[in-house]
Amino acid sequence: MVDFIRETIILWPVAIPLAAAAFAAALSGRHGLQRVVTLGAVIMTFAASLLLLSIVLSEGMVAKEFGGWRAPFGIVFMADSFSAAMVTIANLLALCAIIFAQTELRPRQIEAGFHPLFQGLMVGVNGAFLTGDIFNLYVWFEVMLITTLGLITLDRTRAQIDGAIKYAILNLISTILFLMAIGLLYGATGTLNMSDLARVLPETQASAALTISAMMFLVAFGIKSGFFPMFFWLPSSYHTASIIVSAVFAGLLTKVGIYALFRVFTLLFDIDDGAYKPLMAFFAAGTMIFGVFGAAVQWDVRRILSFHIISQIGYIMLGLAVATPLALAGAVFYIFHHIIVKANLFFIAGAIWRATGTFDLRQCGGLIKQSPYLTLLFAIPALSLAGIPPLSGFWAKFMMIDASFRGDAGWLAAVALFVGLLTIFSMSKIWLEAFWKNPPRPIHYRPVPVTVTVPIVTLCIITLTIGFAPDALVRFSQRAATDMADRQAFIALFFDDTDIAEVNQ
Amino acid sequence: MSLIYAFSVSALMGVGIYLMLSRHLMRMLFGVVILSTAANLLIFVSGGLQAVAPPIIQGDMNILGETAANPLPQALILTAIVIGFALVAFAAALVLKAYGTIGSVFTDDQNDAERLGSPFYEEGPRNG
Amino acid sequence: MSLIFTTMTRIFFILLLVASIFMLFRGHNNPGGGFIGGLFAALAFALLALSDSVDTARRALMVHPITLLGLGLLLALLSGLPGLFSDSSFLRHWWTSIGALHVGTATIFDVGVFLVVIGGVLSLVFRFYQEEPA
Repeated sequence: MVDFIRETIILWPVAIPLAAAAFAAALSGRHGLQRVVTLGAVIMTFAASLLLLSIVLSEGMVAKEFGGWRAPFGIVFMADSFSAAMVTIANLLALCAIIFAQTELRPRQIEAGFHPLFQGLMVGVNGAFLTGDIFNLYVWFEVMLITTLGLITLDRTRAQIDGAIKYAILNLISTILFLMAIGLLYGATGTLNMSDLARVLPETQASAALTISAMMFLVAFGIKSGFFPMFFWLPSSYHTASIIVSAVFAGLLTKVGIYALFRVFTLLFDIDDGAYKPLMAFFAAGTMIFGVFGAAVQWDVRRILSFHIISQIGYIMLGLAVATPLALAGAVFYIFHHIIVKANLFFIAGAIWRATGTFDLRQCGGLIKQSPYLTLLFAIPALSLAGIPPLSGFWAKFMMIDASFRGDAGWLAAVALFVGLLTIFSMSKIWLEAFWKNPPRPIHYRPVPVTVTVPIVTLCIITLTIGFAPDALVRFSQRAATDMADRQAFIALFFDDTDIAEVNQ
Repeated sequence: MSLIYAFSVSALMGVGIYLMLSRHLMRMLFGVVILSTAANLLIFVSGGLQAVAPPIIQGDMNILGETAANPLPQALILTAIVIGFALVAFAAALVLKAYGTIGSVFTDDQNDAERLGSPFYEEGPRNG
Repeated sequence: MSLIFTTMTRIFFILLLVASIFMLFRGHNNPGGGFIGGLFAALAFALLALSDSVDTARRALMVHPITLLGLGLLLALLSGLPGLFSDSSFLRHWWTSIGALHVGTATIFDVGVFLVVIGGVLSLVFRFYQEEPA
């Protein structure tokens, strides 16, 4: 049994949520059972992803071919240290979100299908992290897209419908571009398996089709992850969803886009040739600056945080813009830090709403007297986001900026430092308005339930742990960055020398 | 023959993008549909065009005949069509819902999400 | 609705359901399969909803479309499990012959797809027909 689970471990992070989605859909209308199914599923998925991570760390990459078809003909799953860690952190966040949801979910939202949709989203996210086939990645993106649309419109308010339409149209364009890129790539190489592509692409003659395909990947994933000229859908939709959904979106969705971009531009295309790097640098700088400026004028907590997702994505993009091993390691570190901190800030926004009944900063206030603990809990991720030592954000920013200076991209480091300053401005705005000032009119404060604080405290502890003992995560990020860029290891997963000889005959 | 297909792909993309620039939600949706058709055709063309037999294994054979077409692009397109069908159906439901709740299909009238916490509107509707 | 339409719908309802089952099993070795079969069956119920009322169609379907979708998903997932135990490869299908009929776990997968498509399409179609746009 143990051997069986070890042998098939890579399937479970997708299979468990899929089964849970099916059960939750089949049990629609029976809220108690749905809740048990979802809670059980997120715990089991988290356990499975931890096991996957430990196996990957001790024994190296894991792979699985589906349906008995050998690669490159069948669909494959593969996990290196980067993707295994992404799956783990995604499912940790899912677990936190479900705990948070225990009291915050309204019956109407469950009626609208929260449980099956949430599990479906986790299927898509985990599938996208684990797949080793570029067309399969497209399928997971579509699974994510359709479930996120359902999740955004959970309450069917006017603002949600409005946000969902913007989200839908722009993301549909992104997936169409993604599909076209896959078509061109297939036309040029004749294969869709990522390991096979890593083997074939360096030997393929450079052509216009390949360049266009790479650019289409860049734009498609750019829309998904919210780069500078293409981020508009994000701040006009994320803040409308209910806070549990917003937190999961903020933590995971853009990161899936970033993950796919890193995979495509380390494993398939060579970031060092062509004009990719200057383009990435331009995107990264624009994303950082416009995200943080966009946040400055807003008054809705969720909207400020949504704009900050964008500016933080810019920092992660620096990793590809500089593209030294140091920068990639910094980007991996930054992704982990950002998922934790950003989701936590959204959870805290939910707690602020719980306490004051509004998300609008102009209307709330006085929380420092009412719930000093919440104030402390806000300070940790907020200061971490701004990069104040000794929290996790400081090390993440330090690694990125250090890598930029070493990688002859000093101007990017300057932009990053400047944006960090403006981030403090936004965070202190939330601090002043929600916690410090007296409310403009008396507010009837409500207590914050313990299920809301538990995920917040958990994520705060992780932030503090990373902050005070960054060594382990830094070392892990370096390993993930090396693994990510190691094409030979990916090729060796499915193809040994005899295979290659057979193909050549 | 590829050239004809190349022109059809570009024509479809042009029509799709033109429709997407509209402010009318239904037109935007039609634009998405046409654009995804263009993407499917693109896969079809880049998979290699040949006038050959359909990729169906005959009853007395175990493998595809020599003259059969490459089935993979067709499988990809089939998958993309099915997924596109689901997404467009969902988006159409969304547009209908938007028409029902907001009472307009023009993007100019849809600024409820933008209102929340915006400094240009006094106090947005409460939501959450 | 016109008399001709409502009367013909009763005939077409049966015909479409039969055709959908036919398509489902034909998909084994020939063009057809769970997706097309599911669309046929969904069309039958959609016709019923159009000619009579959504409530009639819901009653004819007996279960909620989303429940059907969940059951189909479950069935498709289960059909992949046997291969996991024999070859430790998900969706590796088992095959057997009952008389002249060649069936396997792939058939279960197809039935799952069939149910998912009916559930998914109908949950949308019913909503379309029920909502009177303002």
